[in-house]
Amino acid sequence: MSESEKPALATTESLETRRISQVGMKALVRTLLKHKLSRLGLTCICLLILMAIFAPVLAPYHPNDQDLYNVLKGPSKEHWLGTDNVGRDLLSRILYGARVSMTVATFATLGAIMIGAFFGLLAGFKGGVIDSIIMRTTDTFMVFPGLIFILMMAAALGPGMKNVVIAIILFGWTGAARIIRGQVLAVREEPYVEAAKASGASEWRIMFKYVLPNSIAPMIVVTALAMGAAVGMEAGAAFLGIGVQPPTPSWGRELRTGYSYLERVPLFSIAPGALITLAILSFTLVGDGLRDALDPRIRGEGKKIK
Amino acid sequence: MMSENNESKDYLVRVNGMSVYFPISMGIIRKRVIGNIKAVDGVSFAIRQGETLGLVGESGCGKTTTGRAILQLQRPTGGEVFFGETNLTRLEEKDIRPLRREMQMIFQDPFSSLNPRMSVGEIIGDPIKMHNLAANNRECRDQVQELMRIVGLNPGAIDWFPHEFSGGQRQRVGVARALSVKPKFIVCDEPVSALDVSIQAQIINLLEDLQAEFNLTYLFIAHDLAVVRHISDRIAVMYLGDIVEIATRSELYRNPAHPYTRALLAAVPIPDPVVEAQRVHTLLQGEVPSPLRPPGGCKFHPRCPMADSPVCANEPPALTRLKGTEHWVSCHKAG
Amino acid sequence: MTPLLEVKNLKTQFLTDDGLVTAVDGISYNLFEGETLGLVGESGCGKSVSALSLINLIPNPPGKVVGGEVFFEGRDLLKLTDNEVRAVRGDKIAMIFQEPMTSLNPVLTIGYQIGEPLEVHRGATREEALRESVNLLAKVQISEGQTRVKSYPHLFSGGMRQRVMIAMGLACNPRMIIADEPTTALDVTIQAQLLELMKGLTREFGTSLIIITHNLGVVARYADRVNVMYAGRIVEKGPARDIYADPRHPYTIGLMASVPRLDQDTKVKLIPIDGQPPDLLHIPSGCSFHPRCKYAVERCRFDRPELTVVSENHEAACWVDVRK
Repeated sequence: MSESEKPALATTESLETRRISQVGMKALVRTLLKHKLSRLGLTCICLLILMAIFAPVLAPYHPNDQDLYNVLKGPSKEHWLGTDNVGRDLLSRILYGARVSMTVATFATLGAIMIGAFFGLLAGFKGGVIDSIIMRTTDTFMVFPGLIFILMMAAALGPGMKNVVIAIILFGWTGAARIIRGQVLAVREEPYVEAAKASGASEWRIMFKYVLPNSIAPMIVVTALAMGAAVGMEAGAAFLGIGVQPPTPSWGRELRTGYSYLERVPLFSIAPGALITLAILSFTLVGDGLRDALDPRIRGEGKKIK
Repeated sequence: MMSENNESKDYLVRVNGMSVYFPISMGIIRKRVIGNIKAVDGVSFAIRQGETLGLVGESGCGKTTTGRAILQLQRPTGGEVFFGETNLTRLEEKDIRPLRREMQMIFQDPFSSLNPRMSVGEIIGDPIKMHNLAANNRECRDQVQELMRIVGLNPGAIDWFPHEFSGGQRQRVGVARALSVKPKFIVCDEPVSALDVSIQAQIINLLEDLQAEFNLTYLFIAHDLAVVRHISDRIAVMYLGDIVEIATRSELYRNPAHPYTRALLAAVPIPDPVVEAQRVHTLLQGEVPSPLRPPGGCKFHPRCPMADSPVCANEPPALTRLKGTEHWVSCHKAG
Repeated sequence: MTPLLEVKNLKTQFLTDDGLVTAVDGISYNLFEGETLGLVGESGCGKSVSALSLINLIPNPPGKVVGGEVFFEGRDLLKLTDNEVRAVRGDKIAMIFQEPMTSLNPVLTIGYQIGEPLEVHRGATREEALRESVNLLAKVQISEGQTRVKSYPHLFSGGMRQRVMIAMGLACNPRMIIADEPTTALDVTIQAQLLELMKGLTREFGTSLIIITHNLGVVARYADRVNVMYAGRIVEKGPARDIYADPRHPYTIGLMASVPRLDQDTKVKLIPIDGQPPDLLHIPSGCSFHPRCKYAVERCRFDRPELTVVSENHEAACWVDVRK
């Protein structure tokens, strides 16, 4: 037996199958950076994250500092974006607003995915009654369109950032659950899952070590898109007056307040609006880029070169 | 059959009238079972410690289902499976799990039988951890590397992922994984069918060497009769869920008693043009019937060149012993 | 006698994400009328790609036939336009693929698909083509042709679908059939039926047949001549009897020794070929087989051997005389 040489990579056997799970993180990022639009999206997200983290450093003023002598002023040397209706610096409020949006987006999405993944895994793997119960539950939750649901939650839970996060999680987990469940249904038929059972693995071990890691691939794309959606929902909630309460700056809230002064200081609405759009767009571009990065590999699956 | 040869101490695995039926149901609101696919229709055989029993047959014969049912990966719908003295069919999954240490499986497809998200070291080591056979991670890793050496893999590649190996190497990983818990019995489910010809021989030799070194017992399932004959001590031929013949490999080749076995042997081409030119190529007519509607009586009778009496069409034959031999046939016309 | 098919230095490459792969690296062979040629090799040796290259079936991108000539009935197929090759395909040269489950269009009836070559190449009407389809079904031993022509592929088993593929191939009475692993996905008894059928038909109509396979037994039973391929090149070629009785290339010898034979003494241990099939992105220098070769000498590492005559009609590409 002379297999002591380093195993040959890219033999014709491995040219055949390029499954999602085999596309490493590095290759993924590389492909992402190749396309202009996803590069743009990724850059913007990084900027927004930096904005959120370094807001205290970047902001020229404290966002809640009122200056009633300089109300509703346009852009000037002291206030690059102007001031709002109680004289607070708009730029600072926008920068701090990024904190809220990014935080809510991150925690809400992560929360929804983790809870959704758990239930999707359970439903897909166990099947039967458990599957039915979980799926009917998701059906119930999914009856309500997004913003209506958030409003209901706000009424039930009350306002505040924490409750917006909870509301978005409660709305979003169903989507994740369905997607993961679909993947799990396919993965659990794979021979390596049966092999684990043959080795003597317990059900929980099989679920979390063998099935779950191979079921989350499509979630990568969904996560990016979901974060964009979460930004939108938070902004929408704030716009409607629920969610983050004043004086904490939130893009949605600024958009709403600025709406009344649209003729006088259009920037008051346009600035937060633009950023909301930018954030959602960036996440969407990255999501699309991820999908494209993973897709040809999926399409290339099974093609043999003999 | 069992009552004739009851030295149960010799036999590691005993299968008694095992059947695996898959129900076919209809209806949306209230599902009714309208019939069964009898994938395995009451088979009986036994395997001695240290022996290799080959299980051969064409698609739909139930050989793979048989292998899985013995290991209780597919619970049989009828009959019994004994591993040593333990009746596996009566046990619940949680009681079977610790026993899995002693009975393992090697799978057919080297591409999909390894978890793509785990390194080969983790794949081989996980069963060790499942059964607490190593005191700590260090010891587990040592055992894994030793196993890799034994199956002919470079232990330095322990942290590599399956996609970085070739098909033959992945199959070695599968063998190492099965071996990691030091089993007594291994079901080899078409372990070389998905490999290139020149690699098949490597894996076959590996399995033979391991059997000699560790006194393993194999159930070797395959459709390639030449491969099965090479590695097995005895061979069982299956057709549509039944065992139609069991004999030692030389006996099966020299004196095939069942018409299906004869057709199978005639259909396998021998890589030698001179020999082939002299062989009679008797062809089996027709196709394998659908397992949904198997023929009545002897399931083989519609295609059988010897089925000329009404008993063939009406009565299923039983597996009977040819006098004075270890050769069993299920045919009204044999013996 | 002029050959029906003359392949000269055929070369096909693929541009993959990881680099340029030369799947077929300059192969040459002839095929005469009425004979059956076996193209033997393992996965990755280029046998299927070489056959697809003959009739312009290499997807471009990522593949391309980059060199060589393929003379069929006096014309170089590689120099024809797409339309001209299409006229030959299905008419003079038929191809049968490996996967019967996916080679038939599930939404068209069997009768339509079998008759299609006739409509395309012979200008037959739908009715004429359908009538001929029934005849063809009988030729491939599918009974009840009248009703069968109206059914859809999903009602047929793998073996029957492959018969339908053969019927399609025979529709225009081709001069040559290329069968790419035609029975690999089928049971051995069905395989025997189909191969006997193909052989019988080729004998009856004088059709030439190229059987592409990795199964040494199939080749021994049916082929008149054999080409053994490895890493994109032909390493040995000659009459089937000579190749099996007196193999001269170490790879051929290795293959024969590693395959279990139904009629051999079971105590004989298989002798595998060491190592694994080559990585086409990094083909070894010199003779591409040398890392796995028991007979290799120093020269094999940097000097690539060409096919040389070793006995009558029998060539092998090796520096070493394996008889010593």
